[in-house]
Amino acid sequence: MTLAPVMEQRRGRLSLNRTAVLAAGVVILFAVYVLLGSYTVTIPDFFRILAAHLTGGEKIPGASFIVMENKLPRAVIGTMIGLAFGLAGALFQTMLRNPLASPDVIGISYGASAAAVIAIVIFGASGAVVSGAALAGALAVAGLIYAISAGGALRGTSRGSAAGNRLVLAGVGIAAALHAVVNFLMTRADIRTAADALVWLNGSLNSANWDRAGVLFFALVVLIPAVAVIAGPLRILELGDDAAAGLGVRVNASRLALVIIAVTLAAVATAAAGPVAFVAFLAGPIARRFTGKASLPASALVGALIVLAADYFAANLAPLLLDGTVLPVGVITGALGAPFLLWLLVTANRKDA
Amino acid sequence: MTHSTTTAASRGGDTGTAVQVKGPKGPSRGPASGGKRAAWLLAAVVVLAILAGASLAIGARGIPLGTVWEALTSFDPANGDHAVVHARIPRTVLGLLAGGALGLAGAAMQGVARNPLADPGIMGVNAGAALAVVTGIYVFGVATFSGYIWFAFIGAAVAAVVVYLIASLGRDGATPVKLALAGAALSAGLYSLMNVILVSSQDTLDRFRFWQVGGVAGRDWSVVIPGIPFLAVGAVIVLLTGRILNSLALGDDIARGLGQRVGLTRAVTALGIVLLCGTATALAGPIAFVGLVVPHAVRFLTGPDYRWILPFSLVAAPVLLLAADIIGRVVLLPGEVPAGIMTALVGAPVFVWLIRRGKGAGL
Repeated sequence: MTLAPVMEQRRGRLSLNRTAVLAAGVVILFAVYVLLGSYTVTIPDFFRILAAHLTGGEKIPGASFIVMENKLPRAVIGTMIGLAFGLAGALFQTMLRNPLASPDVIGISYGASAAAVIAIVIFGASGAVVSGAALAGALAVAGLIYAISAGGALRGTSRGSAAGNRLVLAGVGIAAALHAVVNFLMTRADIRTAADALVWLNGSLNSANWDRAGVLFFALVVLIPAVAVIAGPLRILELGDDAAAGLGVRVNASRLALVIIAVTLAAVATAAAGPVAFVAFLAGPIARRFTGKASLPASALVGALIVLAADYFAANLAPLLLDGTVLPVGVITGALGAPFLLWLLVTANRKDA
Repeated sequence: MTHSTTTAASRGGDTGTAVQVKGPKGPSRGPASGGKRAAWLLAAVVVLAILAGASLAIGARGIPLGTVWEALTSFDPANGDHAVVHARIPRTVLGLLAGGALGLAGAAMQGVARNPLADPGIMGVNAGAALAVVTGIYVFGVATFSGYIWFAFIGAAVAAVVVYLIASLGRDGATPVKLALAGAALSAGLYSLMNVILVSSQDTLDRFRFWQVGGVAGRDWSVVIPGIPFLAVGAVIVLLTGRILNSLALGDDIARGLGQRVGLTRAVTALGIVLLCGTATALAGPIAFVGLVVPHAVRFLTGPDYRWILPFSLVAAPVLLLAADIIGRVVLLPGEVPAGIMTALVGAPVFVWLIRRGKGAGL
């Protein structure tokens, strides 16, 4: 670290600037999301509505309802799940040192999906029950994956980084099995139920409300400081388990804490809006290429940007193109994020390998 | 035959988040010797032959093995049992072909991308095939398996070529990290487009959900035969790359030092992979798990030597697919559970057991 302080400083400042740009982007997009679109609200009107809502004052007919019950909760939940997915993805990708290792890939989202689809298809559930099932499914699968990978390590046949490797392998194995269960249930369900389940499987903000926003908010109030605490050991773990142990990091405890935090982030976000596809996978690599280094705050902000932009498109622009079909936000996230990541890959190559 | 204890440590390319995997720590925990491995391979072939026979005999209507033999040697069209056996031949052959292709492609893909999470689908093949099939259903009203083949095949091929081109842009060509990221990103985009159609058209979803599970049932010779030449060429290409993959596993720089033309060999291997898994997906739908997991399972027996991993995967993958298909026929009588679903359900417990034994070799 001390070998090239000037370079390090310059790079640090650049990435800090870029992170500030991302944060500003989130704020601007949030404002655009709430104020513009198929229903436009002026800024003074918005504050009047907000003040009236908080103080119980006089409401503006129509506008109050649209802003307070539709646009604002949608934007708030969209931002929060974006932050959560972005962080969860970046934590997994950094911890496992694999750009493909997002919660989607290693089974946690599939745990949520399988539980939710079982709830929808077999028990005919909807709303909060589906969210609860998703949360339970994600946590149960994460526990199972961890038990499988940690159980082997106790026999002392292999050391640390193999434990990370086993975690990934157990995850993909279980993800594949759960994916099969979901697909099978989709073929067994009535076609209308299957279509409902498909919307949930893509991740959608259509049923956003303040209750859900509240639960999510409290979860993030606990989890984001926890991420800040664990970020230090995470950077040292990146050097390899042996080096980290040598530097005084309690490797197994830190990894367990990381897994718990990342899984819970992904699980609460999935419970709120469904497994919004690809946000967790795309946020980390995009943030990395944008700021020039791995950065958890930048990944979280990129996640929020992706979700807000995608849902703005899904709620306001897509209906114009598709005769009024409101697409689930997860359908758009991949369509927006993927080309951007590809473009970053191509341009980053030109500069320096 | 000595096995390499060299580790394929992380070479992160520009992201630094590459996989770190370690090989066996010493000869004492190393994989079996050459003779032992050959014996294992022979045993796997025998198991595969037994399963192929069982696949002809077992089903909603069980047929004694003697009658199966009769049906194969002296076919009597008037005999109902013989007709049943003959009807099961195409799906058995398809199970052998698709399973072998997926296993081989998966092993080679993990070698080329140097990533344990890489499966054949990472080249964008499954996403391309799925989007093309959905387009075929939605725009052209296709409704049969033989109608889906060419859509799936073209979609798979186009997606794979695009992934490779994107990953190759820039000076250092298609590095493993760029290949994996480009493939996963393009897949994400294609699946999104596919879901746009599926969410807005219930009819399309209704047909697509049955293709999506993947399976070998309901395909006759008109589906199986067009795929054979593609599979043969792909298999020959990939089977010849064992040594190349071994040197690629040491890292691009060392491979170059050993005299490999890294870019060219990676491109040729990728071509073989696309032929194999593109065709398998076109014929049998997206069968998850086989290409991803069988090579890992095989590594527990063979160690990190691709000259053994490739043939083992070629034999072990159809063992899994045929076994899954047979079990799928009898678990939910009178219905069937498609092989694409049973592979994961049958394979996952075995895979978990292998992981817990904890002797996994790295890439």
